[in-house]
Amino acid sequence: MKARTLGRHFRESFKSLGRNGWMTFASISAVAVTLLLVGSFIVMMMNLNKMADNIENDVEIKVVADAAASDAAVKELQEKVESIDGVASVEYASREEELDKVIKQYGKELALYKQSNPLGDALYVKAADPHNTAEIAKEIDTYEYTAEVVYGAGKVEKLFNVVKISRNVGLILILALLFTAMFLISNTIRLTIIARGREIEIMKLVGATNSFVRIPFILEGIWLGILGSIIPITAISIAYQQIYAYWQPKLVNEMFQLLKPMPFILQVDGLLLFMGVFIGVWGSLMSVRKFLKV
Amino acid sequence: MIKMNDVYKKYSNGVVAANGITIDIDRGEFVYVVGPSGAGKSTFIKMMYREESPTSGQIFIDGTDLGSLKNKQIPYLRRQIGVVFQDFKLLPKLSVYENVAFALEVIEETPAEIRKKVTDVLALVGLSQKARMFPNELSGGEQQRVSIARSIVNEPKLVIADEPTGNLDPDTSLGIMNIFEKINNRGTTIIMATHNKDIVNKIRHRVLLVEGGMITRDEYEGEYSYEG
Repeated sequence: MKARTLGRHFRESFKSLGRNGWMTFASISAVAVTLLLVGSFIVMMMNLNKMADNIENDVEIKVVADAAASDAAVKELQEKVESIDGVASVEYASREEELDKVIKQYGKELALYKQSNPLGDALYVKAADPHNTAEIAKEIDTYEYTAEVVYGAGKVEKLFNVVKISRNVGLILILALLFTAMFLISNTIRLTIIARGREIEIMKLVGATNSFVRIPFILEGIWLGILGSIIPITAISIAYQQIYAYWQPKLVNEMFQLLKPMPFILQVDGLLLFMGVFIGVWGSLMSVRKFLKV
Repeated sequence: MIKMNDVYKKYSNGVVAANGITIDIDRGEFVYVVGPSGAGKSTFIKMMYREESPTSGQIFIDGTDLGSLKNKQIPYLRRQIGVVFQDFKLLPKLSVYENVAFALEVIEETPAEIRKKVTDVLALVGLSQKARMFPNELSGGEQQRVSIARSIVNEPKLVIADEPTGNLDPDTSLGIMNIFEKINNRGTTIIMATHNKDIVNKIRHRVLLVEGGMITRDEYEGEYSYEG
C-alpha cells in the first residue's frame, strides 16, 4: 500500500473517532473496564499459581524408621527408597536430630526423653514430580523397617482445586466481558459506517477495492482497543508495584511469595495491549463484514 | 461492448425483473432505455455494473464475462464504467473539485494525475469557475454536471445513467444532454434509462423498450412511445 493511501486511512479513522464522540467514549470505557478486570484477574491467578507451585514443590514425605531398626537396616531402607522411580532426593536425619527438633518446637521439658529416645531415624523424601507423592509414600509404607509415612495428603489437592475452580469461573467471566466490549466496539463502528453510507456507496461505485473501504474502520477499531487499554495498563502497573512493595517484606514464609514486578508486569501489560487491539479489530470486522457486502 | 445472453433475474421476493433478455450493444453507441416504472429498467442497467447479478444467463462487458468475475475483481470492472444517478449522489461536505477528485483518490491515482484529470473534466462540463463551491450552492443542473464529471473523470469506456434528467427542468435537461452527446462523440458508449419523452424524441438514438422484464422493442433512431 502506498504511504499516501495509508495516511488517508489514518486521517479517516481518527476523524470518525471524534465524530462518534459518545459511542467512542462508551467503547473505550467498556474496553477499559474489561481489561482492568482481566488484568487484575491474570495478576491474581499468576500469583496463586506460583504459590501453589511453591507449596507443591515443598511437599515431602517423612519416613520414620522403626525405632528398633539397626543403623545398617536404616541405611538399607534409605538405599531402597533412593532407588524408587521418581524420587528426587532423600535426606537422612538421625533420631537424635529428630528429638532436638521436637524439643525446639514443644519445649525443654521434653529434654527428658534424651535419656531414652522414643523416636526413630527419619528420611525426608522429595518426589521429582510432586503429583507422584502419594504413590511413592504408599510404596515406602510397604517396606520392612518403615514405622510411619507422613505427608500432606489432601491439602495440596484442595489447594489445586481452589485454583482450578477460580480459574474456570474467571475465564467465563472474562469471555463474557470481552464479548461485551467487542459488541460495543462493533456498534460504534456501525455508526461510523452508517454516517459514511453515501461515501462508501460512491467509493464502491467508482471502483475502490474492498480493503480500501474497510481499512479505516479496522484502524478505528484498533484505536478504540489501544485507547481502552491505556487506563488498565497504567492502573495495574502502579497498583501491583505498590502491593509488592507493601506486602513482599511481610511475606517471610517462602511459600507465599509474590512474583517480582519485573518483567511480570511488562508481560501482563503487553498481553492487555494485545487483547485491546484484538477486541478492536474483531469488533470492527464484525460490523464491517455485514455492511460492506459486495 | 455489452452483450446479454438470455438473462433472467428473479429477486428473492419472487419478482422477475429480467425475463430472458438478449441484447448486443456496440462500442460508441448511445442507447435510451425506456419503459414504465417497475418494468425492469433499473435491474437491466444495474446488472451491467454488477450491482445485481443475473439468476441465469450471461453478461459480457467489453469481452469480460461478469459471471466469471470474482468479488475481488468487481472494483476493477467498475473503474471502466461511469455511473450517473437521478439524485446526483454528491458528498455535501466536499467542494465540486473534491467531489470529482474523490473518485480518483479512492482508486489511488497520483496527486499529479488527479489534478490534471479533474481540471480537464471540469472544463468539459463547464464548471471550472465553480470548482471551489459546495453542492448546496449549486443548481440541480450544475450538481448533475458535477456527478457526470465524476463518472467520466477516470475515462471509462461505458457511462450508465439512470434517469439523469429526472429532477431537472426541460432547459437544464437539454444542457445535460449536450454534455452526454459530447462524451458520446469522444467514443464513449452511453446507456441512459429515462422517462423524458421530449429528449428521446428530439435527440434521436437507439431506443430499447423494457416491459415486464423483456425488451419488447429495439429501434435505431427510435421514438419514445409506449402506453403508460
